[in-house]
Amino acid sequence: MAFGTMVTILFTWWLQGLGVSLGPLPTALLALPLGIAVTIGLILICDRWVYRYHRGQRAKPVIFLIASLGLMFIYNGLVRIIIGPGEQRFEDGQRFIITVREFREWSGLTEGLMLRSSQALTIVVTLIAVAALFWFLERTRTGKSMRAYSDNEDLALLSGIKPERVVLIAWVLAATLATLAGVLYGLDKGFSPINYFHLLLPIFAAAIVGGLGSPLGAVAGGFIVAFSEVLLTYAYRRFLSYLLPEPWMPEGLVQFLSTNYKFAISFVILVLVLLIRPTGIFRGKTI
Amino acid sequence: MNAATSKKQTLLLFTLMGLAFVVVGFVQSWSLSLTIFNYCLIAAIMALGLNIQWGYAGLFNVGLMGFAALGGMAVVLVAMPPVEEAWSAGGFSMLTALLFVLATVIAAIVVYKRLPKGRTRNLAIAAILIIGYFLSRAWYEPAARAIESVNPAHTGYLGGLGLPVALSWIVGAILAGCAAWLIGKITLGLRSDYLAIATLGIAEIILAIIKYEEWLTRGVKNVNGIPRPVPFEIDLQQTEWVRDLAVRLGSTAPEVAALTVKVAYAGILLSILIVLMWFAQTALNSPWGRMMRAIRDNEAAASAMGKFVKGRHLQVFVLGSAVVGLAGALLVTMDGQFTPGSYIPLRFTFLIWVMVIVGGSGNNYGAILGGVLIWFFWVEAEPIGLWLANTLTSGLAADNVLRTQLVEGAAHMRLVVMGLVLLLTLRFRPKGLLPEVSARRH
Repeated sequence: MAFGTMVTILFTWWLQGLGVSLGPLPTALLALPLGIAVTIGLILICDRWVYRYHRGQRAKPVIFLIASLGLMFIYNGLVRIIIGPGEQRFEDGQRFIITVREFREWSGLTEGLMLRSSQALTIVVTLIAVAALFWFLERTRTGKSMRAYSDNEDLALLSGIKPERVVLIAWVLAATLATLAGVLYGLDKGFSPINYFHLLLPIFAAAIVGGLGSPLGAVAGGFIVAFSEVLLTYAYRRFLSYLLPEPWMPEGLVQFLSTNYKFAISFVILVLVLLIRPTGIFRGKTI
Repeated sequence: MNAATSKKQTLLLFTLMGLAFVVVGFVQSWSLSLTIFNYCLIAAIMALGLNIQWGYAGLFNVGLMGFAALGGMAVVLVAMPPVEEAWSAGGFSMLTALLFVLATVIAAIVVYKRLPKGRTRNLAIAAILIIGYFLSRAWYEPAARAIESVNPAHTGYLGGLGLPVALSWIVGAILAGCAAWLIGKITLGLRSDYLAIATLGIAEIILAIIKYEEWLTRGVKNVNGIPRPVPFEIDLQQTEWVRDLAVRLGSTAPEVAALTVKVAYAGILLSILIVLMWFAQTALNSPWGRMMRAIRDNEAAASAMGKFVKGRHLQVFVLGSAVVGLAGALLVTMDGQFTPGSYIPLRFTFLIWVMVIVGGSGNNYGAILGGVLIWFFWVEAEPIGLWLANTLTSGLAADNVLRTQLVEGAAHMRLVVMGLVLLLTLRFRPKGLLPEVSARRH
């Protein structure tokens, strides 16, 4: 993900250097397909050089896990060598769709609402990506063969599904989605290699909470993790001040947990889900 | 592989490793060589701990960072002097809050055990947890605020017990072991891949607590000046024998003092490592070790032979984590400071995994070799990378883009090198440099 974002950033800079821009939309969108293509290329090379051998050996899943650990080290190093460990910002175009002040003037309410263009973009792109993935997995022949392969390898082989093809498509999908997510996150929050590495763990949590193998579950898992993070660390003082009469106002910020524990919450949810319902909320498969 | 060739290989590889330190001593400096050696020993202890879990029993624990951090916290809690003011400001209410937490947990467990399964039980547990949360929160919050406001620039935490630092190593091991028992009790029923993800998450939770409970550990404000098990260089310089030695070696007193301190550390670490190694080897070759390997290779068969798989897993999980906790405590002692912000999974979990996989899982000597080797290259990759980058691009101008990029990137070369080493080992030597020795004699 970090790698894909980096390539996109580099292309964005190149395009910005050429004076190309999309008006109100960030230039990164134009660079995105190129970034995705390069990431797919990289991941396929890695698959050929690393994973294919172990697949041929029918290695245990743990070996794949360790191999992917090695690849993670390499990607991490490459990204830091090429773009440096510092933070990069690459958004351009229009920053806000609705600003706090505009909203207040328009609605006459006392509390403001803000919508950044990058946030709107994230929502739109996620909707499109989920819809496309659903259509692919449920309706197309390739998608069906992929699900069959993941359910039962031997049966899938017997019915003439080519495993290498399934693996190839899986990698292409993974690279595309990861680059997409990386660029969107980077547009909103800025890019730095160490942050992107830390994202790995909440992503794991979201996928497992939702249930592996179910795209709807993955989205739901992401929402559950994110919402519980915010709801448990939100300072309810402001909220209560509208509900309670003055003398009842509690002191302090009225948080359930201090904001520092935001990260930890996703793991608590993860561990609870693993213990109580290991297949995830949407009854995905076990790895 | 049979025992004789394995012994020869072990000897050969360890000799090569020793030579590498001598080379660093001559090329860079002896002081640096000794520093690296000391950290290598700590890495070796950590790798040994992981080898007990993964090599003996096949437990996929990626929560090493949490246990190492717990060991480090133990050093702070045991060896630092107590802060009297903070104790009087909020110590009592903090203890009350902790008692409430304990009471809540015990009450919830009792209800869970006593009541029949059903909605009543769930509601009762939820009620206990919510009441307990608010009760302990009511005591905890003012206490934490009071403690943290006592001289925040210097203390702002409860401090430790002021006991000798050597004791804290044992406490660190016990603390990590207790945590492992709790975690193992909850998670060891999971399949190996789930265990991995659960431990990864739990390590992050442990770290979050250490980082943000400032009344306990000062959090990201760090704890400096942890008592040392060896004398200070500055005191050593004044002593008679150091001066004599300096004159005889043709060196200066400060340098000799610094070297002496490092040698002392090396002695302490080496003796701990040797003791641990003796225990680990004895355990591996005992009937207990054979049983562990039997469980690892075929759980169903071992279970059919009447071995209590879950119990043995818990046992080995606790032992391995205790060793990791000990290594974490030693690391903090040698650094002289506890910096919760420096614990990252890449360095404290995944690197240890690389050590064990490359060294040879299941072979204790392999784990130690892996620990020493990988840490050595983790540190030395930068100078070597820098030298390579400079040599390769020496034909180019000093301000050439490629050259500056390569020289700047040399620091991050080690990530790439580690990844490559891991992948190559998996591909060409899947059992590691020193593979497990099969007990059968040929």
